[in-house]
Amino acid sequence: MFGFLKKSPAPNPTATDPAVAETVATSAAASWRQRLKSGLARTRAQFGGKLKTLFSRGKVDDELLEELEALLLTSDVGLDATEHLLYQLKMRAKRDKIDTPEAIQRALSETMYDLLLPLEEALDLSSHRPFIIMIAGVNGAGKTTSIGKLAKHFQAQGRSVLLAAGDTFRAAAREQLQTWGERNNVSVIAQQSGDPAAVIFDAIAAARARGIDIVLADTAGRLPTQLHLMDEIAKVRRVIQKADPTGPHETLLVLDATLGQNTLQQVMAFDKAIQVTGLVLTKLDGTAKGGMVAAIARQCPKPVRFIGVGEGIDDLRPFKARDFVDALFE
Amino acid sequence: MLDNLTQRLARVMKTLRGEARLTEANIGDALREVRLALLEADVALPAIKELIAAVREKAVGEEVIGSLSPGQALIGVVHRELTRLMGEAHSGLNLATQPPAIVLMAGLQGSGKTTTVGKLAKMLRETQKKKVLVVSCDVYRPAAIEQLKTVAGQAGADFFPSTATDKPVDIARNAVDWAKRHYHDVLLVDTAGRLAIDEAMMKEIADLHSAIKPIETLFVVDAMQGQDAINTARAFSEVLPLTGIILTKLDGDSRGGAALSVRHVTGRPIKYAGIGEKLTGIEAFHPERMASRILGMGDVLSLIEDARKGIDEEKALEFAKKMKSGKTFDLNDFKDQVGQVRKMGGLSSMMEKLPQQFAQAAGQLPAGGEEKAVARIEGIINSMTPAERTRPELLKATRKRRIALGAGVQVQEVNRLLKQFEQTQKMMKQFSRGGMAQLMRGIKGMLPGMR
Repeated sequence: MFGFLKKSPAPNPTATDPAVAETVATSAAASWRQRLKSGLARTRAQFGGKLKTLFSRGKVDDELLEELEALLLTSDVGLDATEHLLYQLKMRAKRDKIDTPEAIQRALSETMYDLLLPLEEALDLSSHRPFIIMIAGVNGAGKTTSIGKLAKHFQAQGRSVLLAAGDTFRAAAREQLQTWGERNNVSVIAQQSGDPAAVIFDAIAAARARGIDIVLADTAGRLPTQLHLMDEIAKVRRVIQKADPTGPHETLLVLDATLGQNTLQQVMAFDKAIQVTGLVLTKLDGTAKGGMVAAIARQCPKPVRFIGVGEGIDDLRPFKARDFVDALFE
Repeated sequence: MLDNLTQRLARVMKTLRGEARLTEANIGDALREVRLALLEADVALPAIKELIAAVREKAVGEEVIGSLSPGQALIGVVHRELTRLMGEAHSGLNLATQPPAIVLMAGLQGSGKTTTVGKLAKMLRETQKKKVLVVSCDVYRPAAIEQLKTVAGQAGADFFPSTATDKPVDIARNAVDWAKRHYHDVLLVDTAGRLAIDEAMMKEIADLHSAIKPIETLFVVDAMQGQDAINTARAFSEVLPLTGIILTKLDGDSRGGAALSVRHVTGRPIKYAGIGEKLTGIEAFHPERMASRILGMGDVLSLIEDARKGIDEEKALEFAKKMKSGKTFDLNDFKDQVGQVRKMGGLSSMMEKLPQQFAQAAGQLPAGGEEKAVARIEGIINSMTPAERTRPELLKATRKRRIALGAGVQVQEVNRLLKQFEQTQKMMKQFSRGGMAQLMRGIKGMLPGMR
């Protein structure tokens, strides 16, 4: 039933047991770093492993740079960000007279860190009540699952949460959200069918009446090329503003980290339609790379609020550039 | 935003002007551009290497014929190789076995397995008149079984109920029994999305495969997948004897390089492509079109299909009848035709599907200009009386002034419209027996700024 029961011999019982998940959530950052690392293990195996063999040669010559270019590109970093990173690396190498493998590795990791640091910006939930969070993304990015995890995350911080089943299109999307609601003991506002904007409008009214802290509004997945659906989601945003002129206080775009260069187009298209204020990166445990974060940082920077590194309910955590880069390059 | 291969090559090829044939020496730089363009399209590196090697071999010695530039000649070779590597043209599902023919679906989370099951069920039922049973072995994701049930209902397929407390293998076995006893032709088995690195889950699907021995094992892959597609596909093909691939979400604006990566590593044919969320959104895979798309060469064929879809069949028939009955083409018809162009998603959406060099030329027009021009034409015609619309020869100076005032334009614009109309009318007479497609082409040429 629960996602984390699938892994039969739990590698770390305290981390996967729901009863003590709360204590894990509040426990030392070190354990989180551990979990992030294990979640990104494959990313590291792919990325770091190749890097080590590359760096063992020691010199910063053209051949090395060319191989680094290929390496970054195959990690979905994208052409623009790759060129930027390599240029920065070259400058750094020249300036600091770097010639040892360790120093080159450190320099690349610092360059990557500099690029990603602006994306690290935690979500401030205290400004409004109810704090309305609208969730959008392409089909199958993991919106509904992320909402389940987010609800759990916010609850662990002692906030009350309400879910709005705004995906009125896909079969059984409502039931999926309701199951997440039951698991977290959170009420879900849903309608039999009908207009997503109306469902979310109701949910905001309900949250106000019940004195709820956070409203998580789900929407149906849509590809940016489906212009009528992009118009529809723009309308959802306008209706939220009608319910609360200050809202939505956060517009999260959920991105599947296994996708490639199209991710950039997604960020731009959704930003145009609904003014994206933050990103959630999902499925980082499965992909061998996380490079698209760098591409996003270069070409359309938006704060990465959360990253998903596993299937467990508490595997969604705030993005920390240092941890992310460390996990990549260690 | 993304540099298109043609443009990239044009830069490199400037130095190559006048070369009569492609040689090892003069295509080196160009092949590097090809490599980068393919990386931008999310094609995995090993697949690119194989392609580049093949292109190098084929391209050297290729003569630059006729009006082609060396760059165009090279793109031709790349395109041919891409098409070849992506495999033969469409091969449908293999259902030639003692019924029920079992089809197992596998893939990552969110790749579109359940939706694809619905689409396949509908297609098999409607085009091949099969009796289809579907079953969900996804006991993990909340409401996944519910989703398949709804989709099956929409597709008109039978649904084998399962619950989240059952074991996937048991569910599948029971479904096979049921299908046998109720004489179903095809059984589609949906499974939970899984990561290739999740050993327990990969073992589960391997067990499932050996328990039900499907005749088709389809790997469902998202066309937007990045470089990792190759690793995922390899991991799945190591655990499961895949027989085919289904590429989903092809209606997005990704270049779809994953198609080549997956095909490269599994060697299995891409059988279908998923387009849109509606259950009718599945079609045969066309390697050629995909090659054009990966290279950013525009999708002219899809444009033609769009044109076909956008045109109102009834109106077209009515129009054809009218033309045949000898009635003349009047301003009402002209307005209808202009409206049709608009219906095809407007000129700007048509532009997007054109190869980049044309789109660029069109892009020099003021943004949204064409759209405005179409609206203006409609506005002017709307300001005319019915008599004027059917008999444009009535229009003299005073009437024109009145119309211009009514439409909020200058008299010159009315004159320009009438001139366009006359040209169209002339063309209509020539084309009165021609097909709709010819007609559309004519109209497009008539619009301001499009010449």
